[in-house]
Amino acid sequence: MSFEEKPGAVIKVPVWLRPWLLLAVLLVLWQIAIQRHPGQLLPGPWGVVGGIADLLRHGLLLKYVVASLFRVTWGFGLAVILAVPLGMVIGWYTRAEMALNPIIQILRPISPLAWIPIAILWFGVGDLSAIFLIFLGSFFPLLLTAMNAVRGVPAVYVNAGRNFGLRPIDLFVRILYPAAVPQLIIGLRITLGIAWLVVVAAEMIAVNSGLGFLIVDARNAGNRYDLVVAGMVIIGLIGLLLDWGIRSLERVKSFRWSYSEE
Amino acid sequence: MESSVAASATRIAVQVEDVGMIFTRDGKQTLVLDNINLEVGEGEFVCLLGPSGCGKSTLLNIMAGFLSPTSGTVRVGGEVVQGPDPRRIVVFQERGVFPWLTVEENIGFGLAALDRKERQHRINHYVGMVGLKGFENSYPSDLSGGMKQRLEVARALAVNPDMLLLDEPFGALDSITRLTMRRELLRIWEAERKTILFVTHDIDEAVQLADRVVVMSARPATIQQIVTIDIPHPRDLSSPRYLELRDGIFQQIGLAHHV
Amino acid sequence: MNSLATPARWERIVLPLLVLLACLALWYFSVRWTKTRVFPSPFEVGKGIKELMHKQVLWGDIIDSLRRVAIGFGTAAILGVPLGLILGWYPAANQVVNPLLQILRPISPLAWIPVTILLFGIGDHAATSLIFLGAFFPIVVACIDGVSNVPAVYRRAGRNFGLTPVQLLLRVVFPAALPQIIVGLRIALGIAWLVVVAAEMVAVDSGLGYLVIDSRNSGKRYDLVVAAMLLIGIIGLCLDLFIRSVEHFKSVRWGFRHDS
Ligand SMILES: Nc1ncnc2c1ncn2[C@@H]1O[C@H](COP(=O)(O)OP(=O)(O)O)[C@@H](O)[C@H]1O
Ligand SMILES: [Mg+2]
Repeated sequence: MSFEEKPGAVIKVPVWLRPWLLLAVLLVLWQIAIQRHPGQLLPGPWGVVGGIADLLRHGLLLKYVVASLFRVTWGFGLAVILAVPLGMVIGWYTRAEMALNPIIQILRPISPLAWIPIAILWFGVGDLSAIFLIFLGSFFPLLLTAMNAVRGVPAVYVNAGRNFGLRPIDLFVRILYPAAVPQLIIGLRITLGIAWLVVVAAEMIAVNSGLGFLIVDARNAGNRYDLVVAGMVIIGLIGLLLDWGIRSLERVKSFRWSYSEE
Repeated sequence: MESSVAASATRIAVQVEDVGMIFTRDGKQTLVLDNINLEVGEGEFVCLLGPSGCGKSTLLNIMAGFLSPTSGTVRVGGEVVQGPDPRRIVVFQERGVFPWLTVEENIGFGLAALDRKERQHRINHYVGMVGLKGFENSYPSDLSGGMKQRLEVARALAVNPDMLLLDEPFGALDSITRLTMRRELLRIWEAERKTILFVTHDIDEAVQLADRVVVMSARPATIQQIVTIDIPHPRDLSSPRYLELRDGIFQQIGLAHHV
Repeated sequence: MNSLATPARWERIVLPLLVLLACLALWYFSVRWTKTRVFPSPFEVGKGIKELMHKQVLWGDIIDSLRRVAIGFGTAAILGVPLGLILGWYPAANQVVNPLLQILRPISPLAWIPVTILLFGIGDHAATSLIFLGAFFPIVVACIDGVSNVPAVYRRAGRNFGLTPVQLLLRVVFPAALPQIIVGLRIALGIAWLVVVAAEMVAVDSGLGYLVIDSRNSGKRYDLVVAAMLLIGIIGLCLDLFIRSVEHFKSVRWGFRHDS
């Protein structure tokens, strides 16, 4: 289609090359900048590769990745299991929502990291603390998502369900839940991002293993900035993989529909 | 009043020449329009009639310049259509009024080049013409379906186009509003004498409105027949001639009209 | 939709109060029964809040936190919105920039702490740049999505009236995408509030996050820790309410579902 839509592309680069172009340019510039100013603490891309190799050789990389993922899985998983059903019930029963909304609204914006002293007090320095923080960081966003998702289910579906004589339980399982799934998945995706953000922060302060700890430790013990940036790259890559994982849920057939307004 | 004009008697506004359209989606090719030829005279009211999904919107979008045909050309006033142009405004099937603008702002959307006074004057004129007085500062979400449709027509007329392209504009309205809207449209057309291309899948609607009805077949769409409706406005919907023309089209499409 | 029972007016006030009281009672008696020395009861927290109010530092800390959020989030919005609009508008440009965004976005902004401290030293710049990093990517992504979700019919209508590409972007695409952009800004502001607290716990020595960690480290004053947490919650709530009020502006109202 010659004059359909968008004005012509400004940059004439072959399509397959485009995704790599900017990355490659930046990496080269980065390497050049580092080589121009030797004696810097910051590593070049090459130094970072060396850092990753170092971590692999000492077996630390795998250990820390597993530690971080373990915490995220538990914290996020518990939050999903509790918050989604609870949020749907609260969202459905007007009185429950009225009663609980103020307290949810106050607890929600408390940065999960502000709970660190309390987490340490209750659970000590270790996995439990980190899991608790991730749970807190995921629970409230998921709760609100589920409440809103239920309220957003068009009345037609509910009325149709009632018309067929569904009991409240069936109404949840057969109408409200499937109708809310597209919204829920969007919420899960945002929340998993937050959980990944929280785990790194928690590990920087409250535990002594995991990718967040790696970053702090590499800096404190000898300014190994090559390891710091290596840790950041790994964090970015794993975050990307987690996001892809959740996005693949969006492609599941029975989740794929989504109602538009009107 | 004599209103039906044969295309040959006046100057030609639109020429559609051998237009074909093939869509490619997921590697599959669909032939949607096949060798369409059509001429529309200036000031003429032409209805494109055909079953849903046959390619009416596609043809309209090609004439408006939003799509380029895979073969053939469309000329408007002798020039080949290269893209959209404010001289021919489309009223979209999917509702194109902007929900973030008020009624007034929507109507004034295409009038940025005018000075304030002139613009306000035009806006007021068309607000009155489509009967939206009192709703100047309302947002589309506060209007009924019929009012939104009139708003979109007013926005189109306000830029004083030579031609209006309407894509099933009354399809989503209830039957009473639809009848009123048809009367309004004819009133506006008689007052302003724009060339009008009107897409519909409703045979009655086509016969009530048009000078000529272009009957299209199911996909791939070809022009089956062009019926000239030689009944002056206002049309008597129970006159023998009206019924004869309507039934002719019903038969052409292969439907006897018994339920 | 929700269950059809409509609550009476008095329930609107009484129910939340009851729940609140029940929670406070639960908290109070848990503290009593476990005979903990460290964890404060609601009354002690109340006293803690009063104590903080009397000390001048509290206002300084609140203002410091808010200033950092304002600068970091403000910069992210000012740079992120136009960038997102442009990337959404030119798919070719998006194809070039997208991989970089995708890799940088999931890096927890707090993972940047060592780097920002190296670049800016301990202080405001380190904190605001962390907030910027936390808010920037969600804003850009929301704008890209917002632009690509604008229904084609609006773009076509705009082009039909003879708008140039720039006019089309400003008069049609931007307002049409605005509701989604506002949602993105709201999420980003929430993240900024989360990041500022964390950043202040590590990278500076003022602000509400610092107040939390300092109250614990200097003398295990857990009453002040909890008091500071409540303040963080209330201020965060106010920020959210503020950005929600934007959703009620007439020209974006159409894009949101409104109860009541
Ligand atoms: N952009 C497109 N890509 C592929 N197929 C299309 C596209 N637009 C329309 N079609 C197909 O072309 C046919 C005609 O569509 P349309 O012109 O909208 O029909 P009508 O307006 O007559 O109902 C339909 O079968 C539709 O699926
Ligand atoms: Mg159509």
